[in-house]
Amino acid sequence: MACVTDEVLVMNGAEQSPMLPDLYKVRQVHRETDDAFTLELGRAAGHQPFGFSAGQFNMLYVHGIGEVPISISGDPGGQATLVHTTRAVGAVTRAMRALRAGDMLGVRGPFGVGWPVAQAEGHDVVVVAGGIGLAPLRPTIYHVLANRDRYGRVVILYGTRTPGDILFRKQLEAWRARLDIEVYVTVDRATEGWNGNVGVVTKLVPKAPFDRTRTVAMICGPEIMMRFTALELERRGIDADHIYLSMERNMKCGIGLCGHCQCGAAFICKDGPVFRYDAIRELLSRREI
Amino acid sequence: MHTLEPILAEHPFLKGLRQEHLALLVGCASNVRFEAGAFVFRQGQEANHFFILRDGKVAVEAFAPQKGAVAIDTYGEGDVLGWSWLLPPYRWRFDARAVEPTRMISLDARCMRTKCENDHDLGYELMKRFAGIIEQRLDATRWQLLDLYGVRD
Repeated sequence: MACVTDEVLVMNGAEQSPMLPDLYKVRQVHRETDDAFTLELGRAAGHQPFGFSAGQFNMLYVHGIGEVPISISGDPGGQATLVHTTRAVGAVTRAMRALRAGDMLGVRGPFGVGWPVAQAEGHDVVVVAGGIGLAPLRPTIYHVLANRDRYGRVVILYGTRTPGDILFRKQLEAWRARLDIEVYVTVDRATEGWNGNVGVVTKLVPKAPFDRTRTVAMICGPEIMMRFTALELERRGIDADHIYLSMERNMKCGIGLCGHCQCGAAFICKDGPVFRYDAIRELLSRREI
Repeated sequence: MHTLEPILAEHPFLKGLRQEHLALLVGCASNVRFEAGAFVFRQGQEANHFFILRDGKVAVEAFAPQKGAVAIDTYGEGDVLGWSWLLPPYRWRFDARAVEPTRMISLDARCMRTKCENDHDLGYELMKRFAGIIEQRLDATRWQLLDLYGVRD
């Protein structure tokens, strides 16, 4: 965990300026879909493990191009490499996709408040992801599966654009093959040969097998998707204080100083990106923010 | 003798329906089964049934030249299939095809329309339930039109 003081951020036991990136070396780049890719990074010097909580993010700096906030998509229990998954949609992420093994990258972090994996112990866990939103939730899934006996039913509901846009497809198939987790996938637009579900991800909520009285739900995806999903979960009987979602804003400093990611009274980078639904509900439907 | 009444009573779409209304529905109901790949109905055909899904999966498809059949939506256990039987000209607007072996209860449309005309309480109750389904599907369609997953980041 990280904590902010006036001058320094204490990260992983070592003090350093929160604005100073560490150098990391690209170990592997995996192409996930047409525009999504995963970077596996290792420290350029030394072998200290990179500790983080599921749901936290890093600021990744492509030298000479710029810096962007990217959620960590790797296993919080397996700290040999630092794993990020994102889409190539802007100058920085396109440059990031062009990186190859051995290239260097700057990393600041981890920042922010993660998913409530400790509070969810003893509960059913429902993970609802839309599109690339599965990436920030994957560390939670790793954590829950690594500590499977601490949780009740585990349900993953995933919606994306087309079958070709399914993120971590092989991993979803492997999880679905397990007997202790339920995985449901739906696409907005089917293509030839797709025999799975078609329709928006909220359609999966009414039939998902969980006990509404003892469930913690975690949602990540486009904001409209999260808003409608939260409403559907409430309709199923989950209280708003048991629903969590991950907000995305234009984060720059990562420590709540610059104000770029301010959302109402909260700074997404420092107070989030994961918020309890009842704390953020009003802001989700306010178009001025 | 077993009737379909307990199955209908437990289905999410009909849950809470009054006993006498359920009894009226049973008179219009029959069990049907479709193998994977079989058409439940075809676009342009008379919409003379609607379906309560028990298990399996059905895709609603549109066929376009050069594109072939495109699945627009899928329905499974607990869903309802078809509302073209409600409004003239009572013709299906899309194709529906079983994606996997599917068991449903088929409700005869003429029978249902007659019973709804004769018992407006039943008709109103069913219309409310179908309005809820139509609202959900309209919301889902609007959301799909937004193409949300294509714009994140």
